[in-house]
Amino acid sequence: MKSTYELIIAGFGGQGVLLLGQILAYAAVSEGKEVSWMPSYGPEMRGGTANCIVIISDQHISSPLVSTFDAAILLSQPALDKFERAIRPQGLLVYEQSTIIRPPLRNDLEVLCIPGIVEAEKLMSKQVANMVLLGAFLEKLPIVKSEHILVALRSVLPSHRQHLIDSNERALVRGKEIARAWSLVK
Amino acid sequence: MKTNGMDDVRLMKGNEALAEAAFRAGMQAYFGYPITPQSEILEYLTLHAHEYPGVVVLQAESEVAAINMVYGAAGAGARVMISSSSPGISLMQEGLSYMASAQLPALIVNVQRGGPGLGTIQPSQADYFQAVKGGGHGDYHLLVLAPSTVQEMVDFVIEGFKLAEKYRNPVMILTDGALGQMMERVVLPPKGVLPPAPAPWATTGKPPTRERNIITSLFIQPEKMEEVNLVLQAKYAQMRESDVRYECIQTEDAEIMLVAFGLMARICQKVLELAREKGIKVGMVRPITLYPFPTTILQQLAETARVFLTVEMNAGQMVEDVRLSVNGKRPVHFYGRLGGIIPTVEEILEKLESLC
Repeated sequence: MKSTYELIIAGFGGQGVLLLGQILAYAAVSEGKEVSWMPSYGPEMRGGTANCIVIISDQHISSPLVSTFDAAILLSQPALDKFERAIRPQGLLVYEQSTIIRPPLRNDLEVLCIPGIVEAEKLMSKQVANMVLLGAFLEKLPIVKSEHILVALRSVLPSHRQHLIDSNERALVRGKEIARAWSLVK
Repeated sequence: MKTNGMDDVRLMKGNEALAEAAFRAGMQAYFGYPITPQSEILEYLTLHAHEYPGVVVLQAESEVAAINMVYGAAGAGARVMISSSSPGISLMQEGLSYMASAQLPALIVNVQRGGPGLGTIQPSQADYFQAVKGGGHGDYHLLVLAPSTVQEMVDFVIEGFKLAEKYRNPVMILTDGALGQMMERVVLPPKGVLPPAPAPWATTGKPPTRERNIITSLFIQPEKMEEVNLVLQAKYAQMRESDVRYECIQTEDAEIMLVAFGLMARICQKVLELAREKGIKVGMVRPITLYPFPTTILQQLAETARVFLTVEMNAGQMVEDVRLSVNGKRPVHFYGRLGGIIPTVEEILEKLESLC
């Protein structure tokens, strides 16, 4: 495994993009790693793309802002339009199927198209689409352990969302299954 | 967000970490008024104030009111903090000048955003001049600390209170919206990390055993006003002598010397790493105290470095202090972006390579 991973997670405001990044960051901190989580907090957050840069490293992190990434989790067309080109060659791109009209064009990436919203609806909880994508992402790039993600989920979810822990966990598992099946198809 | 282990390790936003550190450093009073991108400080303090009985956390009716409440609390000997962002800090300048004149310790936090005017909510370093050259009227200085990590947002709260009390002078933490909003791993200090400081000068009621204490910034006789000014100048000389702080990174063999503070220093460190991979001999000086400015180290490095490059999130402010320090010995170049735009690693690297 590399010693530093630079990730971009992006979508619309309200899709749980910043939360997804926080869960990853929290899990990495509990593994004793260096972490930075840099959100977009500007006017673009209100209606356009919301995104966060998450850097997880075994070493001191210099810049928390980078413009190329090892991997991306993208949940909207504007996010894909903006960040597809910013992923390094041989990097990983996980994106949400139903929100993307124009699929990615890069052929030097590992690309996973995940039906996060459809799967979330099957779990009777549309909010957990982000966790389906996180599950798929971690299946391909296990930079933090699943048990730490579960601990992180309990800590990061606000108290009025704690009743959604179960469906979040099931969404994570479902994402992992889809990613495994995807590998088999390929 | 607590994790296991001996240390109190957490994942926190800069603003929240700073607020928690203030409680643990024995802050007795906070006054503020909401403004993006620092409102989490006021929110966090308000949310957790009940855990610290006796600590005053108050949202004032305006920034002007808040800074005058700080004047009052500091005069009564309380360990007091105030926070705001650029336009709000501008409103407080009169109060800061009064506090410097009346020799009152307090911690001022400026989580900068892009200006001038009401500006934008994005991060900026355009308040450097205001912070280090005065801001308010008269011959005074704040001692200014510039954190570059969330951990330093915590550490400099403790250092800031210490230095404010040491010099009986307001201390400013000059940070920016990105450091306020981003999350990093932090180790928090234990509660009570900073013992209460004695304040025999405070106006806490006159016992029969001493003369009354007076806190004022009005000295109508010019001779008296000059005396007060000389006392202030002696303090600033002492700060320049004892409390200059900076970090040097790979400066020993450097031909090109980057100079950057706060968030920009983090980004420039990445530039340094990439440039070193290309075989370019780059070093960096990160001023930690912006006042007193690390003049001597820059003078020394002007002996060995060929050229300096200052990078800031403004139109070129600290670069003036770098030029004064280098004193014409070497060329000092500048790169910056304005109005809330953060220079990228790629842009800075390109500028740096143009100096090779």
